Amino acid sequence: MDYGLDKKTTSLKTFNTIFIIVWLLIACFPFIWTFWGSFKVRADFFSRSDWWYAISAFNTLIETGGKFTTNAYSQAWTEGEFWKASKNTVIVTIFVVSISLFLGTLGAYALSRSTRNYAFWLLILALIFRAMPHITLVSGYLFPFFELQIWGILPTTIVVLVAINQPFTLWLLYSFFKTVPRELDESALIDGCSYFQTFRHIIMPVMWPGVITAGLFSLMLAYNDFTVTALLLNQENHTMVPKIQSYLGTNQHEGNLMWAVSSVVSATAPLFILVMFFQRQIISGLTAGAIKG
Amino acid sequence: MPNKTFFWFFLPTGLAMILFIGLPIISTGIQSFYAQHDQIVKEVKKCDPFGCTVSIVVDNEETSKIREAKPLGKFNGFGTYTDRNHLAVEEIKKFWNETESFGAFIDQVTNLPFYKALIFTLTYCLFVTPNVLLLGFIIALSLNAVARKIRGPLIFGTILPMIVTPLVGSLVLFWMIDSQGIIGANIQNLMNDPYLSLKSSKTLTWITIIIYGIWHHSPFAFVVFYAALQTVPQEPIEAAIIDGASRLQRIKHIVLPHIYPVVTFVALISLMDNFRVFEPIIGFSAEGSAQSLSWLIYDNLVNEEVILFGSAAATSIMTIVGIAILLAPVLIRTWKEFRIAR
Repeated sequence: MDYGLDKKTTSLKTFNTIFIIVWLLIACFPFIWTFWGSFKVRADFFSRSDWWYAISAFNTLIETGGKFTTNAYSQAWTEGEFWKASKNTVIVTIFVVSISLFLGTLGAYALSRSTRNYAFWLLILALIFRAMPHITLVSGYLFPFFELQIWGILPTTIVVLVAINQPFTLWLLYSFFKTVPRELDESALIDGCSYFQTFRHIIMPVMWPGVITAGLFSLMLAYNDFTVTALLLNQENHTMVPKIQSYLGTNQHEGNLMWAVSSVVSATAPLFILVMFFQRQIISGLTAGAIKG
Repeated sequence: MPNKTFFWFFLPTGLAMILFIGLPIISTGIQSFYAQHDQIVKEVKKCDPFGCTVSIVVDNEETSKIREAKPLGKFNGFGTYTDRNHLAVEEIKKFWNETESFGAFIDQVTNLPFYKALIFTLTYCLFVTPNVLLLGFIIALSLNAVARKIRGPLIFGTILPMIVTPLVGSLVLFWMIDSQGIIGANIQNLMNDPYLSLKSSKTLTWITIIIYGIWHHSPFAFVVFYAALQTVPQEPIEAAIIDGASRLQRIKHIVLPHIYPVVTFVALISLMDNFRVFEPIIGFSAEGSAQSLSWLIYDNLVNEEVILFGSAAATSIMTIVGIAILLAPVLIRTWKEFRIAR
């Protein structure tokens, strides 16, 4: 309740406003600039002579006849085979999200309803697993995967991403399940439900906010991953992020850097739209572990 | 919940974690004791009318045969750990005996690949983590003072750097800071130095990557602090206002103690994340002057000729040891609390 006790001086208010504006510029301008630049030619966005060309579109006018061009997009998506990469990303993301939610809800429910010591130790173990740098795990995968000849294909990567994602999902869902009162389970158990029936018909229906949050985080992990996808997938099966990196690699090719710019925009746009709609869930997810746990 | 039910509920996720997190760690440990086979050479005698010459060539057939028979490589014990690319025991001994001053010794040691990477990784953690906490807290305080109606879009703008993948985030910044980008070109004009660029100096590269790190991680600290600020009770603050406490005093004596557990949580998470810094090095194409432990592993794994499994595994194990040292205080504290709670 605000009783108007906390009076802010005008200078403080002004300072605060300026600070927020400066911070938002720092946070957002790089994305706006990249979006703007993706509609230019390389000679403008990476101008050797004058950075103002990126705004006046000097070379873009000469090369394409207009101030804006979508050449970078059309080339990256067709010649650069970015369509294939985005198809792979969609496949990986859908499977990773659904499988990790399935495994995660079961495991986290059990953890939240167990009063034994091992539940605590399993959570600590998950925290340790969460701390492992992904690249150290990848260095463990590569050799066995080569030997078993399951390297380079999407299913392997999906399973690996699900597993890597489990510790975080478990912690997140665990803190959400903790907020569901135990009495709900107990009454269902007394009425004759089995544990699985209780989970399926009583607990899950009230858990949707938590499941959506956990799903969003799995989605961001699978969508954004570079370490695992770059090293465990072959060229054919690359997802978007390693694909973007492969456009950078060959500097001899004039068009490639602009491909990278346009594909960065193509890859980021869906994510931004998603976050715009689910902002509340993401914030509640990030804070769930910290505040309640 | 009975043990049996717990087991069946936990089995799928437990299995996934054991198979793809637990076993790989063990597999890394085993691999680190092996090194790739040397190429087998044979002497070839070539005779022509002017006499015979003996030359040494690589026996491809034999080499691939032994590689196939023992794909893991030859047993190397702790050899990989102590070689020049890792702990470099021999070299350090040599430097210690040869160099005159301690400074020169440190100079020599920090030029060895592993120590170079370790120092970059630690510097990155040391500078990024506290700044992330500070900036995140200031943004949270500042947004908390804004009218509730416009907070939504402001929060959206604030968390953008966090939700993009590090590779994309660093690329987006790199394209601006590079000598041909908007900021880089303007700094060149300002400094009147047409050769000034990110790649020209090691310090500049390090600073850029650290700034990137703060830019990328602060939103996370912000979100957690912002949520924690909502739970700060109003009564003590009002009492403090009536007692004449200044804004700074209120923050120091009421707000900070209240959100202290959250601060440790954020510090821990961002320390863990910063320790694995790797993608920005690729995004900024800074391999030349900044290498991290994770980058060393990546570099071994994408090696063109032979993948250096042993070398990558040894670095991985040492990275895991580093993580364990970082986590140890937290784990010990949790264990103590757990024992008391029992």
